[in-house]
Amino acid sequence: MNFAGKLKSGKFIITCEVGPPKGVNINSRLAQAELLKGKVDAFNVTDMQSSVMKLGSLSVCHLLAMRGLEPIFQLTCRDRNRLALQSDLLSAYVLGIRNVLLLTGDHPILGDHPQAKPVFDLDSVSLLKVASTLMEGKDMNGNELDGKPDFCLGAVVNPGADPLELQLIKMEKKIEVGASFFQTQAVFDLEKFYEFMKKASKFGVPVVGGIIILKSAGMARYMNENIAGVSVPEKYINMMAEAEKEERAKVGIQIAAELIKGMRDICRGIHIMPLGWERYVPELLEVSGLA
Amino acid sequence: MLAVQIKPEEEILPRISSKRLFIFQCPGCQEVYFPRGDAEAVISKLRLSEEIVGEALLDYLCNRDFVQEYIKQYSQQINEAQVILVFSCGVGTQVVSSLLDDKVVYTCCDTLYLNGFQGVTTLKFNCDQCGECYLNYTGGICPLTNCPKALLNGPCGGAREGKCEVNPDADCAWVLIYDRLKRMGKLDLLQKVMLPRDYSKIITESLSREKIER
Repeated sequence: MNFAGKLKSGKFIITCEVGPPKGVNINSRLAQAELLKGKVDAFNVTDMQSSVMKLGSLSVCHLLAMRGLEPIFQLTCRDRNRLALQSDLLSAYVLGIRNVLLLTGDHPILGDHPQAKPVFDLDSVSLLKVASTLMEGKDMNGNELDGKPDFCLGAVVNPGADPLELQLIKMEKKIEVGASFFQTQAVFDLEKFYEFMKKASKFGVPVVGGIIILKSAGMARYMNENIAGVSVPEKYINMMAEAEKEERAKVGIQIAAELIKGMRDICRGIHIMPLGWERYVPELLEVSGLA
Repeated sequence: MLAVQIKPEEEILPRISSKRLFIFQCPGCQEVYFPRGDAEAVISKLRLSEEIVGEALLDYLCNRDFVQEYIKQYSQQINEAQVILVFSCGVGTQVVSSLLDDKVVYTCCDTLYLNGFQGVTTLKFNCDQCGECYLNYTGGICPLTNCPKALLNGPCGGAREGKCEVNPDADCAWVLIYDRLKRMGKLDLLQKVMLPRDYSKIITESLSREKIER
């Protein structure tokens, strides 16, 4: 069963992020992904995350698909105007990509090319609408397509955003224009996440909750200070601070597993963002009872 | 320079039917081409069909201090109004919105780009001259000039404590828009899916003032 089928079936979903390298050495990333074959339902390939110039999401998605690993093509509005976005969606389809996650994208000023021209011709909502229109066999200006693509369209939501009501209004708009699943920013505060899910579950669209394995107390504090909507509770920061260096991965996994267990019954799946710790993903799944 | 054009009636009328109106009109400055005849035609029609509690014909609606004084003088009529209509460039509308925070302020105009020097007293507010003014959906706060990504459908999710991720000294435009619409009791405006901007509406040097006047 493919990812779209699993979403419909009600199965608990596991997705994992693959970050393309800065350069062309792709083999280790592909090998890491292959180790997760059968354990993970689909792989999100990021589109120059944090506005750092990297190998493209489209080519990595294609390489994964060729290896029988199901990709989720992340596509942002940061670097492409409406012609390029539509064209890249068509390209993705002919390369065998069936799942896309459509985002606005980070501003270039946050990345390693702050001088770049920010495009943002469309935004996440209008891009979802455009993708839905392509699936109906038309471009966004109503011109007929010679063969239409078919995608499982995804979107993102930040459960920790403030004000939450504003985030939910945007989420509802994304559903209105075709989003059929959501992946979230990393969750560390289960209480906040419960509150969000109470409100979001009425939309009836699957929500896959974000998971990051903490590497250190410093990383947790950095995220609290710099990433909107992420709040790592003090008890987890203390657990990381007290752990000996060689014990940190174990403690990080233990925390992530606790979060996953807490999320299992309230959302439709988890989305793991390993951020370089791909090697610990199988262990995390095992400790969480998902292997 | 700027060129103002009156919005289509169907975009204005449904918002104001059976509401008490106060109308601001800024026939413009040397930097703005303002279609006085078109504006007058719409206002004459409104005078017949709607209850208008006051009208103001003011030059330099972009001058916030000046408009603030004026609003004080006419506060009684303005208080009586349920909707404030503004006929001016985008800057004038933003100024009036910012001064009448508890009022529903709508613009009746789109502002287009015209080659040449721009504006006189645009100290605090900026108009992108996009030709399809969004202020009626955003509580008079321009998402094009106040959001670094010029997002039309809500915030990016990067705001922290109401501050912009790109420029932490600045307020997140969408948090401001949300707060203002909440105060106006108009949060439902945020539910509308906004279509992408039409960049073909930007008039470049190919359009001179003489051409518009013709």
